[in-house]
Amino acid sequence: MKHILEARNINKHFTEPVDFHVLKDIGFSIAAGEFVSIMGKSGCGKSTLLYILSTMDTDYTGELLLDERKVTGKTHEELAKIRNAEIGFVFQFHYLLPEFSVLDNVMLPARKLGRKSERQIREDAMEKLSLLGIEEQANKKASMISGGQKQRVAIARALINEPLIIMGDEPTGNLDSRNSENVFNIFKKLSHEKELSLLVVTHDEDFAKKTDRIIRMEDGYIISHGK
Amino acid sequence: MSRYRVILDITRTHLTSRMKQSAIAALGVTFGIGTFIVLMSFMTGLNNLLDGLILNRTPHVRIYNEIEPSDQQPVELSDAFADDWNVVRSVKPKNSQERIHDALPLLARLENDERVKGVSPQVNAPVFYLAGNIELNGVINGINPLEEKRLFNFGDYVTSGSPDDLARNRNGILIGAGIAEKMSLGLGDRVQVSTARGTLVPLKVVGIFQSGLAEVDNVQSYVNLSMGQQLLGEGKSYITDINLKLLNIEDAVPMAAEIRRKYKVSAVDINTANAQFETGTSIRNLITYAVSITLLIVAGFGIYNILNMLIYEKMNDIAILKATGFSGNDVKLIFISQAMLIGLIGGLIGLAIGFGLSVLIDRTPFETEALPTIKTFPVNFNPSFYLIGITFAVISTFLAGYLPARKARKIDPVEIIRGQ
Repeated sequence: MKHILEARNINKHFTEPVDFHVLKDIGFSIAAGEFVSIMGKSGCGKSTLLYILSTMDTDYTGELLLDERKVTGKTHEELAKIRNAEIGFVFQFHYLLPEFSVLDNVMLPARKLGRKSERQIREDAMEKLSLLGIEEQANKKASMISGGQKQRVAIARALINEPLIIMGDEPTGNLDSRNSENVFNIFKKLSHEKELSLLVVTHDEDFAKKTDRIIRMEDGYIISHGK
Repeated sequence: MSRYRVILDITRTHLTSRMKQSAIAALGVTFGIGTFIVLMSFMTGLNNLLDGLILNRTPHVRIYNEIEPSDQQPVELSDAFADDWNVVRSVKPKNSQERIHDALPLLARLENDERVKGVSPQVNAPVFYLAGNIELNGVINGINPLEEKRLFNFGDYVTSGSPDDLARNRNGILIGAGIAEKMSLGLGDRVQVSTARGTLVPLKVVGIFQSGLAEVDNVQSYVNLSMGQQLLGEGKSYITDINLKLLNIEDAVPMAAEIRRKYKVSAVDINTANAQFETGTSIRNLITYAVSITLLIVAGFGIYNILNMLIYEKMNDIAILKATGFSGNDVKLIFISQAMLIGLIGGLIGLAIGFGLSVLIDRTPFETEALPTIKTFPVNFNPSFYLIGITFAVISTFLAGYLPARKARKIDPVEIIRGQ
């Protein structure tokens, strides 16, 4: 089975204000098309782990492999390219660029990647938006749409470059149960239909139970791989 | 290429969504550059005018015969006293004439020199202008009016009448404006001139000249060369000064040295005679640059401040951009190009405003006794100022944008996202 994401023996310390061993010997992997959630109490290190997995945080020991290639030790420039092409993000807070239109927000990562023509990217972005049922909002400013819609725009943006994996940090944490359900269904559909791997950090037990697997963390350790 | 398109799009959106701030930042640059252009155009215009006032009329090389004591006294030439301590007290100038020796062959020689544009011989005669029983001290120059006009812009300083009138009228005189006023002389009037030898000569006023320098206008007048020689009671070969205009002013120094060596006369070049003008010009330019650069630095601080604030406001955007795959350098480029765009647009408007104000100044009437040929303020429309201005605008805004942009590059997206 092909591992899309693999963590080997990851350790991280916070040195400010005092030395704190936040992640301890973390090792796990995610297969292609697998929908995994990470659960744990606040402060158990799950968000910290996600930032390391997302390549944004490089201050750790151990090894991180994406699509069976090592990413640990690469330069910031290379990591930015990897994030751009291989990883999609959905955050708890919607994190759109408020001054740009919804469509522009979705198109930006693809324009940065620069593999397709402007027109092609526009078509792709519209397709992703209609996949999430918000194509009629395309030309509105990102600051003018509702929270649930913003979250879907963020998912569309995460999908635009056809990444290997989508990572979410409490992607439903800020949504009511109806919208939360909605986002879950979208994720589920993506993982089943498109063989997309998903890794979601969540507090929401109901949400987590519906995923393929739950990784549970406590005090910096993984206490259960959920298999 | 497409990478820069994306970055420019983001830059543009950031700037246009904060139109007021961007406009204020650009206005700072506009003000700086506009002032720079106006200052430079006006100051160098004035400089050129003042330099021209002196330098246009100044011969590149002036040849004359200096009255001076001999370098060597006879006693020093004698072998009999070679080993002695010789002291000669009260040394007097050697007995020689004021005129240039063998002036006519020298003139012919110089006229044929290929470096020389033109040669103008003169005689200097001290005179008294007679008005009733008052005698006014003065100097009359015997000149070749047409050559003076061609070589030294003599015509520019003749306020009524013309050098041509003088050339046509052997008994004519171009009288200094100061003397004309004192003696209530106008065109066509007659003036009595008494020479040092006491001969009285009546001359007809054919023109009035005004140099702009009062001490010259109060004493100096011009007559034809032959009349000048006649006033002194001398013949055609009596010439006290030869003024040279060269084709290339750079030749002045070596040529003056060559003339001194070859012909044993005194020759002074324009650089030696007018060194102080160069100094004045360069100091005025220095002041202009200093003022303009100060203005631009102030504008630069404005841009620095606004960008710094913008980056704090845009922390979230920066985190999103970085999370979705824009590198630190992309982010840096976004903010630097914002600064430079402000600089470029502000600078271009500044150039336009500077040009407009310069045109306005150029058309403002400016009449002064001292400068008879000037009717409006002098402005120098040198394109290089505009080039320097816009270059400076872009460079200074680049520097102002660089520090905040570097900060944006270093922002850690994890800290921002975690901080929510």
